[in-house]
Amino acid sequence: MFNSQNKFFRYVLQAINYSVFMGMIWYLSTSPSYRQLAEDEAVMTISFSHAGEIKEPCHRRTQKELMKLPPNMRAPMDCSRERSPIVIEVLLDGAPMYSKIANAPGLYKDGGIDIYHSEKVPAGSHHLSIKMDDSVLKEGFDYEFDQDIEIKPAQILLVGFDVSRGFVIK
Amino acid sequence: MLVNPIKRAYLALESWFNISFGTEWNPMYHLGTLTFFFFWIILVTGLYLFGIFHGSIDGAYDSVEYITHEQWYLAGVMRSLHRYASDAAIITILLHMFKEFASGRYRGFRWFSWVSGLPILWLVVTLGITGYWLVWDELAQYVAVGSARLLDSLPIFSGSMASNFEEGEMTDRFFILIEFLHLLGQPLILFFMLWLHVKRISNVDINPPRGLAMGCFMALLVLSFIKPAVSHGPADLSSMPTVLQLDWFYLNAYPLMDLWSEGKTWLLATAITFVLMLLPWAPPKKDGPAAVVDLAHCNGCELCFDDCPFEAITVQARTDGAKFDKEVVVNPSLCASCGICMASCPSSNPFRLAEEELKTGIDMPALPVDKLRTMTQEAVAEMAGPANVLLVGCEHGFNVNRLDNNETKGIKLMCSGMIPPTMVEYALKKGADGVMIVGCRHNDCFFRFGNLWVDKRFSGERKPILRKRADRRRIRVFGGSETDKKSIESELSLFRNELLELNKEKVDVPDVGAGESTDV
Repeated sequence: MFNSQNKFFRYVLQAINYSVFMGMIWYLSTSPSYRQLAEDEAVMTISFSHAGEIKEPCHRRTQKELMKLPPNMRAPMDCSRERSPIVIEVLLDGAPMYSKIANAPGLYKDGGIDIYHSEKVPAGSHHLSIKMDDSVLKEGFDYEFDQDIEIKPAQILLVGFDVSRGFVIK
Repeated sequence: MLVNPIKRAYLALESWFNISFGTEWNPMYHLGTLTFFFFWIILVTGLYLFGIFHGSIDGAYDSVEYITHEQWYLAGVMRSLHRYASDAAIITILLHMFKEFASGRYRGFRWFSWVSGLPILWLVVTLGITGYWLVWDELAQYVAVGSARLLDSLPIFSGSMASNFEEGEMTDRFFILIEFLHLLGQPLILFFMLWLHVKRISNVDINPPRGLAMGCFMALLVLSFIKPAVSHGPADLSSMPTVLQLDWFYLNAYPLMDLWSEGKTWLLATAITFVLMLLPWAPPKKDGPAAVVDLAHCNGCELCFDDCPFEAITVQARTDGAKFDKEVVVNPSLCASCGICMASCPSSNPFRLAEEELKTGIDMPALPVDKLRTMTQEAVAEMAGPANVLLVGCEHGFNVNRLDNNETKGIKLMCSGMIPPTMVEYALKKGADGVMIVGCRHNDCFFRFGNLWVDKRFSGERKPILRKRADRRRIRVFGGSETDKKSIESELSLFRNELLELNKEKVDVPDVGAGESTDV
């Protein structure tokens, strides 16, 4: 049994303790390495902001309705602020990949909707289909996208949207 | 005696460090101050790095590369020290939490320190995370997108933060925000929280022993040279980093988020935080009754105010019309019921009021000084050996009553620091051949300063001192935990042998009369 008062031995023990301390930091500061994506995987991100159509059509106020309002608020048209939810469906190679019904944010449900979805997909050739309905007043989907795509390993394929061009690969 | 496995593990670790470092440098006794020390390293190195760093999309990565490779001998070492000291701070914080939990120092009056420590851990982790963003390499990209996804999953923000990290969407304003957070916002909040964390303790020490600090610094410096911190490849928002060398001290939540989901990761982190936050009340611990001031026996000397480890005593102008200027007041909500103040009071002198109830300026309702005197008398009277030893222990260290026999009697106090020096002298006068104080392990008092004040009072460095006429050869102070029975028995045996030798040459000391006060 060693003598704990022995200075030399104590320094040796301290060196061991400091080594363990350094070793913990050495290892855990970078290891074990983390593989986020397999070698043959890529990422598809669908990201856009869009406001749904006004949920109800405007209504022309009758004279009787106008008279009930204060004089400064007698606008002839009564338009609801609430916007339609957005319905989006994404299919990759014919299989459902993502679908969502997103309600408009805000107290009056009149805000723009942000869609962000990111998902790992196998790299290679695929067929991408996207359908979006942004109005409860019209039947069916308002925007449709069908395209063959090629994704390289580790690539982030970004799909965006704007009203004039519809869905686009960025 | 039954000691729970967590405490036993802590005591074993503490023992190992005591063997390696001694009780003065034992890192387990300086985990808080070591964390402060690592913060200073982080601050100093961070300030230097900030002078070179360019906070822009195009400049961030290149400037960090310059720091790492071009000026490796100074800035590169600073970067590594900055990073490794941050990792070291996580180690000391987690060990600090483990120690406080294992030794039961998180409940009762300590709830505030425990609960206020949890936001500090959150802050330190988020501070580390924003630090990783600034490098703007692949790891930063992973952390930035992951953090944005985590924030997006909360019903707080409108819009998608993650969409800011799409190719072509980022601007330099991002770096201004992160720089503000990392360099000013988070550190300021952290320092405020640290101040709050230590607010309920007195004599706060934020500096570890110099030797221990030097050892830790050298370890980090050596590590910085043999494994310099380096960046991943530059961030590229058109592709996803595949293999990452994560800093698991700070970034462990991100792989979990990939494995589960953002919501489940939040749920786990929140659940762990809440469980930890509620621990002090599971079940609730009732502290003993608070110390009580008796102005009739208080001269406002402030010794109890100086000695209280928990800021429970304040001094105010005299209110009872007595001739003294000041009086002390106890805040019951801060009082730990340790009794250290009772021993500080010069009126806690058992030689006073010998024929009537002993009163003192500040007393403990759970164990008044009069009862302590009676216990001392009875314990001494019960012993009938050739070398009788009165053991004075505390409720949080070794149970001294385990060694009771015809020549050894133990009295258990709330804290060893509760024994007035005159009470030790009194025990010797009443017939004990020796008095052995067995408090918590040296430098690890449950009430912070109990055994330290005992040492200083007995050595004459702190009032009330042990009078010179007390034979110090008959007094032994030894620290021990519940698991230290063997070493305490061994020390007791040595002490008794010395007492037997002393008894052979025993010389009568003139008796001290009633009413004599302590030399203070």
